[in-house]
Amino acid sequence: MADDTHVMDASELHEHQLLEQTWQQPRGFFRWFTHVHHQSIGKRFIITAFIFFFLGGVLALLMRLQLARPQQALLGPDLYNQIFTVHGSTMMFLFAVPVVQGMGIYLVPLMLGTRDFAFPRLNAFSYWIYVLGGIVLYAFFLCNTGPDAGWFTYVPLAGPEYSPGKRIDVWQNLINFTELSALGASVGLIVTIFKLRAPGMSLNRLPLFVWSILVMSFMVVFAMPAVITASLFATLDRMFGMHFFNPAEGGDALLWQHLFWFFGHPEVYIIFMPGLGMVSAIVQTFSHRAVFGYTPMVLSLIATGFMAFGLWVHHMFATGLPQLGLSFFTAASMMIAIPSGVQIFCWIATLWRGRPRLHTPLLFVLGFVCIFVLGGLTGVMLASVALDLQVHDTFFVVAHLHYVLIGGAVFPLFGAVYYWFPKITGRLLSERAGTWNFWLMFIGFNLTFFPMHQLGLQGMPRRIYTYVPETGWGSLNLLATVGGIILALGVLVFVGNILWSRRHGQVAGSNPWDADTLEWGTSSPPPSYNFLHVPVVQGREALWVHTAEAPVVTGLRSDRREVLVTRILDAEPDHRTELPGPSIWPLALALAVTVAFVGAIFTPWAVPVSAVLCLIALIGWAWPYQKKTDQEQRIAGQQL
Amino acid sequence: MRAPALWQHGRPSQVCLLSVTALCTGCAGMQSALHPAGPQATHISHLWWLMFWVCTGVFVLVIGFLLYAVFYPRQQNQPVTTPETERRTARVVVAAVVITGLVLFALLVADFRTNRALAALSTSQPLKIKVTGHQWWWEVQYEASIPSQIVTTANELHLPTGQPVLLELTSQDVIHSFWVPNLHGKKDLIPGYVTTLWLQADQPGVFRGQCAEFCGHQHAYMAFLVIAEPPDVFSAWLEAQRSPAVAPGDALQQRGQEVFLSAACVLCHTIRGTPAGAKAAPDLTHLASRQTLAAGTLYNTPGHLAGWIVDAQQLKPGNKMPPNSLTGSNLQALLAYLTNLK
Repeated sequence: MADDTHVMDASELHEHQLLEQTWQQPRGFFRWFTHVHHQSIGKRFIITAFIFFFLGGVLALLMRLQLARPQQALLGPDLYNQIFTVHGSTMMFLFAVPVVQGMGIYLVPLMLGTRDFAFPRLNAFSYWIYVLGGIVLYAFFLCNTGPDAGWFTYVPLAGPEYSPGKRIDVWQNLINFTELSALGASVGLIVTIFKLRAPGMSLNRLPLFVWSILVMSFMVVFAMPAVITASLFATLDRMFGMHFFNPAEGGDALLWQHLFWFFGHPEVYIIFMPGLGMVSAIVQTFSHRAVFGYTPMVLSLIATGFMAFGLWVHHMFATGLPQLGLSFFTAASMMIAIPSGVQIFCWIATLWRGRPRLHTPLLFVLGFVCIFVLGGLTGVMLASVALDLQVHDTFFVVAHLHYVLIGGAVFPLFGAVYYWFPKITGRLLSERAGTWNFWLMFIGFNLTFFPMHQLGLQGMPRRIYTYVPETGWGSLNLLATVGGIILALGVLVFVGNILWSRRHGQVAGSNPWDADTLEWGTSSPPPSYNFLHVPVVQGREALWVHTAEAPVVTGLRSDRREVLVTRILDAEPDHRTELPGPSIWPLALALAVTVAFVGAIFTPWAVPVSAVLCLIALIGWAWPYQKKTDQEQRIAGQQL
Repeated sequence: MRAPALWQHGRPSQVCLLSVTALCTGCAGMQSALHPAGPQATHISHLWWLMFWVCTGVFVLVIGFLLYAVFYPRQQNQPVTTPETERRTARVVVAAVVITGLVLFALLVADFRTNRALAALSTSQPLKIKVTGHQWWWEVQYEASIPSQIVTTANELHLPTGQPVLLELTSQDVIHSFWVPNLHGKKDLIPGYVTTLWLQADQPGVFRGQCAEFCGHQHAYMAFLVIAEPPDVFSAWLEAQRSPAVAPGDALQQRGQEVFLSAACVLCHTIRGTPAGAKAAPDLTHLASRQTLAAGTLYNTPGHLAGWIVDAQQLKPGNKMPPNSLTGSNLQALLAYLTNLK
C-alpha cells in the first residue's frame, strides 16, 4: 500500500500511469457531466446535500424570526406554510438521506479496498435525478408554488379538494425524484458491500461504518416503496379523481398516514444509522483501540433496522386506533431504545478503555452523545400513549425530532467531515476553527431546541405561523431564535473553515489520525483508481494489523476498469469484472425521467412522452460499444 | 394589525363574572399540560413527572460516565486495556443494558397503568357533546333526545364540573385535532371517522384549547375556550342556548337584522328564529353570549366584531369569511343587532 514515504519503483510508476489513464475522470466542462466514478459522484452528493442544508437552514432561520415574538408580521400563513414544508422536505429528502448516501458512496469502496462502486452509471443517474428533483422543488418554491401541506402532506388537506393548484403535485413529484435516487444509490451500496470487498475482508471484519451503510441501504429498499405507493395513490386522486383517500367515496384518510409513516418512521433511522457508523469510526480512531463489543454493535445496528419498521403507529396515537394495538407499538418503541443503549454503552466503554485524543471529530462525537441521549429519552416519553396524547404535534416533538436528527445525524456528520476531509482533499481542517465551530453549534443547538420542550408542555402546537401574546410563549421563543442565530454562526465557521483549509490547511499525509480502515492506506486525496495494489485484509482493524509482508492482489488488468469480485461471506476472490466508464447517458436518462415527473404536474401526457425519451436514453446507455482490441490497448499503453 | 385574544384565568369564584376587559397576567397555565384541572390531565401529568425524573437520572448517569471515561487521568506508561479490564468492562456494559431494559419495562407498565386510569372515566349516562372541526373553527353541539332541544354553538365549550363528559369528534373537511391540555391529551377529528374523548373538569375555570393537527392557513388561530361551570350555572347556560335568537328590540336592531338577511352573512351563518339557516359557518344565534370571536382569537367586543365583519382577511389571512363592504350606517345597525344576540 502506498504511504508518504513510499517511493514508486519503475514498474509501479508504469502501473500507476496505466491505471491513471484508465480511471481518470474526463476533463472539460461538457465531459464533467459524464463522470461516473464513485469519488466524483460521492463528492457531488455531499456538496449538493450541504448546499440544500444551507438553504433549509435559511428557511429555518426565517421561521425562527417569525416566531421570535408573538404576532410578528414577517411571514404570512401562506408563505410560512410553504417555508416549513420546504424546510422539512429539504432536510429529510434533499439533505439528510443524500448526504449520508454520498458519504457511503465516497467512502465505502475505499474502505473495502476496491477501485470503484458497483453499477457506476446507475450511481451517476441517482445523483442526477436527485439534483434535478432539488432544483425543481426550489424553482417552484421561488415561483410561490412551493408545497404547503407539511413534509408529511396529510390528506385530505393535501387532496384535490382542499389543495387545488399545483403545490402538492410539486411535493408528490419531489418524492418520486428523491426516492428513485435513494433506491438507486442503495442498490449500488448493497452490491458493492456484498461483492466488491478486498480479499480477506469477511463480513465479520467489515468496518462498523460499512455495516451501518449496509443496514441503511436495506432499510431504504424496504421503506421507500411504501411512500412511492402512497404518492402514486395521491397523484391518482389528484389527477384522475380517484378516491383512495376520499372518505366520501369509501376511501380512507388514515390509509395515507399508515403508508406514509411505514416509510416515515424508518426514514428517521435511515438518516441516523450512518451517523452511528461515523461515530464508531471516530471513537475507534481517537481512542486508538477497537470499538468495544464489535458483535453486539453490529447486532444492534441490524436490530434497530428491523425494529424501525414496527413503530410507525406511534405517530398516530391520537387518531383513535384501538388501545390494545397502540400498546404493542408503545412496547416496540421503547424496545428500540435497547439497541441504541447498547451502542452508547459500547462507545463509552471504548473511550473508557482507550486513550482518547480530543480532536474536533471526537468533540462532535461527545456532543452527539449528549444530544442524542436526551433525544432518545424524550423518544421514550413519546412512546407512551398517554404522554404522547399531550405532547404529540407540539413543540415538544419539534424539540425531540431535532435532538435525534441533529444530534444523531448532523453532529456525527460534522465530526465525519472533520475526520475524512483530509482524506478527500489532502489537507486537514483547522482545529482552532473546529473548536469554535463545535461550541457555537453545541450551545446554539441547545439554546434553540431545549426551550421547545417546555413550550410544547405549555400548549404550543407545531406548524403555527404565529401565536397570541397572552399564551406566554414569547420569551422562550425569543430564546430559541437567539439560539438559532448562534447555531447558524457555528455553521458559518464550518463553511469558512472548509473554504480556507482546502487551500491553506496543513497537509495531511495518507493517515493523519493513525486510523485503521483501508481508506487511510492510500494517498490523500486518493488516486483516481483508489489503490495501486488492491490489498488483502488480515484482520478487523485492517491497517493496525497490517504487516509489511502482507500479500496484495495481482492480475487485475490496468488498462480496463476491472475490479475483483469476492464472495459474500468470507470475501474469497471469485472473478474479475469490468465496470463501465464515463457516460452521458445517466444524465440523459435523468432528464428524460424529469420530463415525466415535472410534466405530470401539468398533464398526464408527459408520461408517455417521457417513456419514449427514456427508451432512447436506455438504448444509448446499453449500446454495445466496440471495445478496443488487446493489440490496440497495448499500443495505447506503449504510447504512454 | 394585532389581533388580541381573550385570555383570562378564571378562578372558581369569578367564573360567572368573567369580564372581557380584564386582561390576565400570568395566565400561562390556562393552556398547559403542566396545570392539570381534571382527572385525565392529572393522570398524564403524574406519568410525565415520573418519566421526567427517571429520564433526568438516566441522562445524568450516562453523561457522567461519558465524561469520566474521556477525562479520568490515565497512567502514562501502563496499558489501559488488559484481558482482565475487557472482562470487567463487558460486565459493566451488560449490567447497564440489563438496567436499561428494566427501567424501560417499568416505564411501559407505568404507561399501561395510566392508560387504564384514563379509560376508567366513564358513565352510562354521560353528557354527550359533538364537536365537528371545520377550516378553521369548531362546531359544538349538545345532543338532546328532542331535536328542538339540540344546542349548536361554536368555538366555546361549556362543561359542568365534576361530571364525565363524552366528546364525539369528527371533521367536515380536513383532519383537525382537539386539544385542551389542562383537561386531557389530544384526539384527532378525521373526516369519515367519529373519535371519542372522555373529559372531566374538577373545578370551575376557563381553559384554552387549540387545533393540534396542521389544517391549513389558519391552523395557528383555530382556538377555542372551555368554560367549566358548576352544574347549575351550566344548566342555566344550556337552557338559555336552547331558545331561539332574541328578536330585535328597536328600530336600529330591526334594520340590522334586515342587513344581516340581505347581505352575504346569510349565505353561511345561522340565526335560529330567523330565515338564516346556512351551516357553512358558526351559528350566531347567541353570538353575544360568547367571549371570543374568530375561533378564540379576538375578544368579543363591538370594535373587533366590526373589524372582523368588514375585513376578516386582514386579521386572519386565508380564512373563509369574505370581506364585506357595508355602509357605515348599515354596519352600525348590524352591530347593534348582533351584539344584542345574548
